Amino acid sequence: MKWQIIFSVSVFVLAMSCQKMEPAGPGEDQTLDGPVAGLTAAQKQQFLRGDAAFNGEIFTKETGLGPLFVATSCGSCHAGDGKGHPFTTLTRFGQTDSTGNHFLQQGAPQLQDRAIPGHEPEQVPTGAAFAKFTPPANTGMGFLDAVSDADIIAMADPNDADGDGISGVVNWTPLKPYLTPREGSIKNGGRHIGRFGKKAGAYDLLQQTAGAYNQDMGITSSYEPYDTYSGAEIDPEVTNQTLLDVVFYLKTLKAPVQRNATDKDVVKGKELFMQINCGKCHVPILKTAYSTITALSNVTFYPYTDLLLHDMGDGLNDGYTEGNAKPAEWRTPALWGLGLSKQSQGGSYYLLHDGRARSIEAAILLHGGEALQSKDSYKVLQSGDKELLIKFLESL
Amino acid sequence: MKKLFLIVTTMFVIGTTTAQIDSTLLRRTAKDTTKTMMNMDAVYNRPFLSFTKIPVALGGYVEANWQHLGTNGITEGHQFQMRRMTLFVSSSLYKNIKFLSEIEFEDGTKEISLEFAAVDMTLHPMFNLRGGVIMNPIGAFNQNHDGPKWEFIDRPVSATQMLPATWSNVGFGVYGKKYSKNWLMAYELYLTNGFDDKIIDNNIGRTNLPAAKQNRERFEESFNGVPLLTAKAAIRNNKIAEIGLSYMGGVYNKFEDDGVKLDKQRRVDVVAIDMNTTIPGSKTAVTAEWAWVHVDVPATYTEQYASKQQGGFIDIVQPVYKKPLFGFDRSVINVACRLEYVDWNLGKFKSTGSDIGDYYAAVVPAISWRPTPQTVIRVNYRYSGTVDVLNNPLIKTAGFQAGFSSYF
Repeated sequence: MKWQIIFSVSVFVLAMSCQKMEPAGPGEDQTLDGPVAGLTAAQKQQFLRGDAAFNGEIFTKETGLGPLFVATSCGSCHAGDGKGHPFTTLTRFGQTDSTGNHFLQQGAPQLQDRAIPGHEPEQVPTGAAFAKFTPPANTGMGFLDAVSDADIIAMADPNDADGDGISGVVNWTPLKPYLTPREGSIKNGGRHIGRFGKKAGAYDLLQQTAGAYNQDMGITSSYEPYDTYSGAEIDPEVTNQTLLDVVFYLKTLKAPVQRNATDKDVVKGKELFMQINCGKCHVPILKTAYSTITALSNVTFYPYTDLLLHDMGDGLNDGYTEGNAKPAEWRTPALWGLGLSKQSQGGSYYLLHDGRARSIEAAILLHGGEALQSKDSYKVLQSGDKELLIKFLESL
Repeated sequence: MKKLFLIVTTMFVIGTTTAQIDSTLLRRTAKDTTKTMMNMDAVYNRPFLSFTKIPVALGGYVEANWQHLGTNGITEGHQFQMRRMTLFVSSSLYKNIKFLSEIEFEDGTKEISLEFAAVDMTLHPMFNLRGGVIMNPIGAFNQNHDGPKWEFIDRPVSATQMLPATWSNVGFGVYGKKYSKNWLMAYELYLTNGFDDKIIDNNIGRTNLPAAKQNRERFEESFNGVPLLTAKAAIRNNKIAEIGLSYMGGVYNKFEDDGVKLDKQRRVDVVAIDMNTTIPGSKTAVTAEWAWVHVDVPATYTEQYASKQQGGFIDIVQPVYKKPLFGFDRSVINVACRLEYVDWNLGKFKSTGSDIGDYYAAVVPAISWRPTPQTVIRVNYRYSGTVDVLNNPLIKTAGFQAGFSSYF
């Protein structure tokens, strides 16, 4: 009888305690993955399908990998949807000005530096300018995608009319044949506003995604049907549905949630950030226009970017460029999620376009060109104020 | 119509009646499967049901469980799983010639595999021939994997996800064993079909020897024509312990096709050490295994596929209550703990010079009740952590598992 009681009590305790003995998840503000609030059930299902394809599908030779490639899955470059690591930092080469890329016959614009067995990876051709691009975080991109062209143009100041030393220009890019312009899209000389990528060379997330499948993993689609190795048009290796699911996933990933936003040090740090004009390019607040995804429609959000190109000075000029951007011009990266970067970069910071900055302060000090005044202002801050400013950036 | 019905019914009844076997003719060849002689004997050291005057014995085991696991706050809830059911058929064909086969149904019928089907011929205790589908003797778990022998619901990760247990191939070889008082010495040596390039080109995204099991063709033809060599030497002292040292190696890639050279021969080599002992006095059973994997991965391929892996486990099982219980005369209650670790990628990033992550560790405390040596009811609490290739923060998984495993 004694054993029956012990057994029954044990089973009861086990059943009651099972969930309490499991590890708790990190807080909503500690992770970058997860959907935006307000999706419908059908949209959540598409989000999950996209999540599975983005984070779960690893390509092999059999499923179309390469033969030349940079990574074997989307998730291997964007662990936890965060910033990437030098392991999957990619190299682009061949273009030095707006006359276009003169190394297209030699594999440009992207270097596929890995190859399946039996093939040799590419090398940067002699004499070609190149730059390394560390994978960016994916989060909140649907909000950036839904900002109206008019709002972006309104932030531009190509001739520095206000005399603050900061211009900000749009990268007008040709539209890929498979893309449909957004409602209210503004054209200039037949070109549209690029807003994704380090040089703002991609119009939208469909271009960015189809391009990444093709250039990063050697996976062809009906959108990008040319094999990066042979140059031949081959059968699609990913379906349109999967690719569109991934685009939807990227569009509906939540915006990073700021931590300790009301902490007085963080508040003071933000004041300093604005005071030394960092916020002129890293614009704190943007608003979306109408979106077919209701959850993204007419929303105010806090990305700390203006989606414009800025001259960052000779120190960050690698000689390579895309579209009509100049080699020293880089699209202002969104700062949201900055404080969580180490969680996807293996515990260290790899900041700026190529990961050369190993701390937030190092990244600030590598700013030049239009950001020179802000950098100089930062340098003369009291050490305590510098700490407050960095604390604010880490809270993003 | 009525006649037809009567004829069919009569035939069915007669057929059923004659198909029944008198249970007195059945003979259970009961064995205490918790006390193997040596690991290499595990395949025959199972309880079989034999028929008088018929040289065929049948056996098998079944295992099922419930589990509730959570990973970083996300759980799939209650899961009931039929992990596997295995059927054995053994037969003595002639004096010193025997046959054994093992067919396994995993996860219901999701995976059905022939794990062993070999004929053994004894020419001398130190020289036995074995041919057919054999289990390569790498480490100890691959040959000694029956669920009822273990106090843990999950098989060791190092044995099943780094090493490819259960790993079977077609081939031939020899084995032998020598006794001298308390000492036993044994060896095994086999040539079989082997691995293929899926071990570094798979949808798991890491070097994975078990990925080669997807190639069902390996039971019919070698991927590259080069045999896989598996060799093991083991020594046991009945009062101390058994220690085994094993090696498995061969070429995994298709270096030549239709006479055309495609690549250089690329090797996979595995070394494993295993031990088991029962500490006198306390009767604490300790079982451990550690293995090292080396794969020649092309330098121009991605570093996420490792050229070196290592991992293993240690199980400690302590009987704490050995008295009749619920009418089972040989009932034993054990407390146990498994510690396991696998480093899927021993190396450094070329880009940063820092260590590549991609490792796993777990601790699994357990309580088991063996009403008989052939049946185990077990409750495990699994707490594990994984770190991704970039060394990002630990992903924790934990939860309870409960289930049974029994020979039949």
